[in-house]
Amino acid sequence: MHEMSICEGILQVLEKEAGRQGFQRVKGVWLEIGPLAGVEAEALRFCFDAVVRGSLAEGAQLEIIEIPGQGVCLQCDQSVPVRQRFDPCPVCGGYGVRITHGEELRIKELEVE
Amino acid sequence: MVQIEQDILGKNDQYAAANRSWFRAKGILALNLVSSPGSGKTSLLTRSIQDLKGRYPLAVIEGDQQTSHDADRIRATGVSALQINTGKGCHLDAHMVGHAIESLGLAEKSLLFIENVGNLVCPAAFDLGEAHKVAILSVTEGEDKPLKYPDMFHAADLMILNKIDLLPYLDFDLALCLDYARRVNPGIEILQVSARSGEGLDAWYGWLAARMAS
Ligand SMILES: Nc1nc2c(ncn2[C@@H]2O[C@H](COP(=O)(O)OP(=O)(O)O)[C@@H](O)[C@H]2O)c(=O)[nH]1
Ligand SMILES: [Mg+2]
Ligand SMILES: [Zn+2]
Repeated sequence: MHEMSICEGILQVLEKEAGRQGFQRVKGVWLEIGPLAGVEAEALRFCFDAVVRGSLAEGAQLEIIEIPGQGVCLQCDQSVPVRQRFDPCPVCGGYGVRITHGEELRIKELEVE
Repeated sequence: MVQIEQDILGKNDQYAAANRSWFRAKGILALNLVSSPGSGKTSLLTRSIQDLKGRYPLAVIEGDQQTSHDADRIRATGVSALQINTGKGCHLDAHMVGHAIESLGLAEKSLLFIENVGNLVCPAAFDLGEAHKVAILSVTEGEDKPLKYPDMFHAADLMILNKIDLLPYLDFDLALCLDYARRVNPGIEILQVSARSGEGLDAWYGWLAARMAS
C-alpha cells in the first residue's frame, strides 16, 4: 500500500506551491487518477486526512476525478477503452493494447486562501 | 482556485532522473529487482555474484523493512552491499537510492543490483533510475501472478522464473504462466532458472553481458 507515500508526495507539492504562489491554506485538492495508476481512491482518501493533519492542508477536501483508460490496439489499430491492463482488445479480441491514457496520477487544481 | 497540473510522483521522478544520469555518466548498469517476498532474489544474487565476481565490479543495495540479513548474505560473498531499512515503507524510492549510491562509492562500469522490498504492488510505481526492472517470480507462487499483479509485470523488461528445480513436484502450468506474462506485457523477455541448481543461469549472465557491453 503506497497510498501513504502518494499522500506525502501530494503534501510536498502543496508546500512547494504555497511557497511559490504565496498561499497559506489549502481547502481543496483535485486529483486526476487513471484506472491503471495503481492506487485505490478510498485508501487514498483515508491516508490523505491522516497525512495532512497539522499541515497547511488540514481538513482539506479531496476530490478525485477518475480519468477513463484508453489505448491503441497494436493488432487492429483501433483506439479502444481500457479498464485493466491485461484486457483484450474489445474490437478484435487481440492482446497487446498500448496504453495511451489511464496511468495519470496528478494534482489538477487547488482551492486555496 | 489555482491550476497546477503536477504529477504526484514528480519529486521521485526527479530523483530517479538524477540517479539515471549519474549511472549513465559512470557507465554503471543498475537493475531494480522486484518480486514478492521469498521468490529468491537474494539467492539469485548471491549465486550470480559468485559466478560473476571476476567479470565486473559488483555492488548491491538491499531493501527490506527490517534487518540487515540480506546485506550480510551479500557481504559474505566479498561484494559491498548496503542495506536500506524502509521501516513501514513498502518500497524503495529514488531518494533513498540516491543516498545509498553516495555511500557505496561505486566503481565506473560496475553492475549494481538493487533488491527492492518484497512486494509485487508498490515498487512498480517508483522509478529508482534503474536501466531495467527485473521481476522475479518463483514457480511455487502459482502461474496466475502476472495477471493478478499486472502493473509489476508490465513495468519489467525481464521476468526471471525461478525455482524451476521444483517443477516436477508442482502442478504449475508453465505455458500458461508465460502466456499471462506476455498478455500484460507483450515485449517482456523471460528466462527460466534455478538459483539452487544453477540451471538457466548462463542465459541470465548472457542477458547481463549484453547490457554491460552497451
Ligand atoms: N528449491 C529452490 N529454492 C530456492 C531457489 N531460490 C531460492 N530458494 C529458496 O527460497 C527461499 C527464499 O529465498 P530468498 O533468496 O531469501 O528470497 P527473497 O525474499 O526474494 O530474497 C529460501 O529458502 C531459498 O533457499 C531455487 O531456485 N530453488
Ligand atoms: Mg531478499
Ligand atoms: Zn484490436
